[in-house]
Amino acid sequence: MSITPPQPANGHEQERTIVFDDVAIAFDENVVLDGISFTLHKGETKILLGVAGSGKSTILKLALGLIKPDRGRVWVLGQEVTAMREEELSDLRRRIGMVFQESALFDSLTVRENVAYRLLEEHVSPEETEQRVREALRFVELEHTLDLLPSELSGGMRRRVAIARAIVTQPEVLLYDSPTGGLDPVTSTTIIELVVKQRDVYHTSALLVTHRLQDAFTMATHYFDTQANEMRPLPDNKVNLDTTFVILRDGKVIFDGTTLELARSRDEYIREYIS
Amino acid sequence: MEIVSPIDYAKESVLAVQEYAQLAGRSVANVFAHPRYVSDTLQQADSIGVGSVPVVVLTGFFTGAVLALQSANSLARFGALSLTGQLVSLSMVRELGPVLTGLMVAGRNASGMASELGSMKVTEQIDAMRALGTDPTKKLVTPRVVATVIMLFFLTIISDLIGLCGGYMIAHFTLGLDTYQYWNTAYQSLVYADVFMGLTKPLLFGFVISTIGCFYGMNAHGGTQGVGRATTQAVVAASVVLLVVNLLYTRLLLSVFGMH
Repeated sequence: MSITPPQPANGHEQERTIVFDDVAIAFDENVVLDGISFTLHKGETKILLGVAGSGKSTILKLALGLIKPDRGRVWVLGQEVTAMREEELSDLRRRIGMVFQESALFDSLTVRENVAYRLLEEHVSPEETEQRVREALRFVELEHTLDLLPSELSGGMRRRVAIARAIVTQPEVLLYDSPTGGLDPVTSTTIIELVVKQRDVYHTSALLVTHRLQDAFTMATHYFDTQANEMRPLPDNKVNLDTTFVILRDGKVIFDGTTLELARSRDEYIREYIS
Repeated sequence: MEIVSPIDYAKESVLAVQEYAQLAGRSVANVFAHPRYVSDTLQQADSIGVGSVPVVVLTGFFTGAVLALQSANSLARFGALSLTGQLVSLSMVRELGPVLTGLMVAGRNASGMASELGSMKVTEQIDAMRALGTDPTKKLVTPRVVATVIMLFFLTIISDLIGLCGGYMIAHFTLGLDTYQYWNTAYQSLVYADVFMGLTKPLLFGFVISTIGCFYGMNAHGGTQGVGRATTQAVVAASVVLLVVNLLYTRLLLSVFGMH
């Protein structure tokens, strides 16, 4: 039995953060994923595209080990998630940040307690916790909401707090589940700016699920200017090489490649999808 | 309405029992494992225990009072009115105190646990907790189970005492029984087996109520409607299982202590 993820065919070894190898899962009679394989490399941001119900969010839950596949294997940070017990997964999950679709903030805890949750679980000193919480909230520009409850925040603010909670421990990989879903265009751009900021400032590997194509292309064509503290278009129509795409259809990967490869694709479905 | 085949229904039932047994087992095993959520347990003890005191006091008082009233009617026919204290005492300590307190706590807290955990489940807060590296059974289930077991024990003692007081109020002010006579017969009639039975039952009932409440909450699905369904099922299941466990445990103890 293989205990390491499959090696690249060309022998070129690049540090791999997440590997999906022939993963399949069905809920009752409904086959959601059917032989999914892809690799997320270190520092790469992979955008998962597909219509609603195509299994994008399921991929993130499989990566976290929240659900187990019917077939295939998943490796995250060199460990085979599909072969790990729940107790072992807890340690691995501490190295991963997850932003849930509806934020999933703990509604009985304040913003401070939500963001500090993992630090408190790890018994980090109160001074360091406060400092790191403020730092994470400053990153998402919500430092003034420390003592508010999630119910007192707008949808966009809740999403930003969820990002702060995910990055407070500086995880090695981030999983975003439709971070802009259900938000207005202006707020969506604010959230995408934060994702781009995280990508360009900390170079964290990330899987991002979205069905909003404009968000995906914004990420591919923009960079974060740290001096101006804002997201700007890349000059000369360049694209970000660390941002790649996976497109799902009927439980299978129909595209896995860079922005330029996506733009040049001759597949009829893909051309219609991105048009 | 969808028709489910008997085989599928049987499979689902067996699976549910298996999952319940696993959850109940883990909730006990977690007591001996790190991390221990002491502050969460104390918070639950306050909510479940202190919060249930008013309803338990009222239930105990009126149950003891009506017990004295009803039993006096029968005892008077045999000229044994003076035994009212004994009857109230035995009934409250052995049976009515633990069972009624258990049912009250089941109604109040099994529903609370199912709705609270169910809401967390359908809004992905449980998944978020797992994603943050926390075992939800350690953080959410075990504190509730420990708190319910401990607090139901003390709530039952309060209920027994208040029930005896309720019985005394009726016996003294309505039936004209002497204070000393009532309390003396009430106290003298109790033997070790009665007290043992009355004080071990709440430990079992607390475990049943909390694990069933948590089980339905942790398995809630289908949005707010699903949470409502889980809440109702938790109260019904906890109450019925409590009564069944009561019968089986009473039968067991009667055999052990050689009582009839």
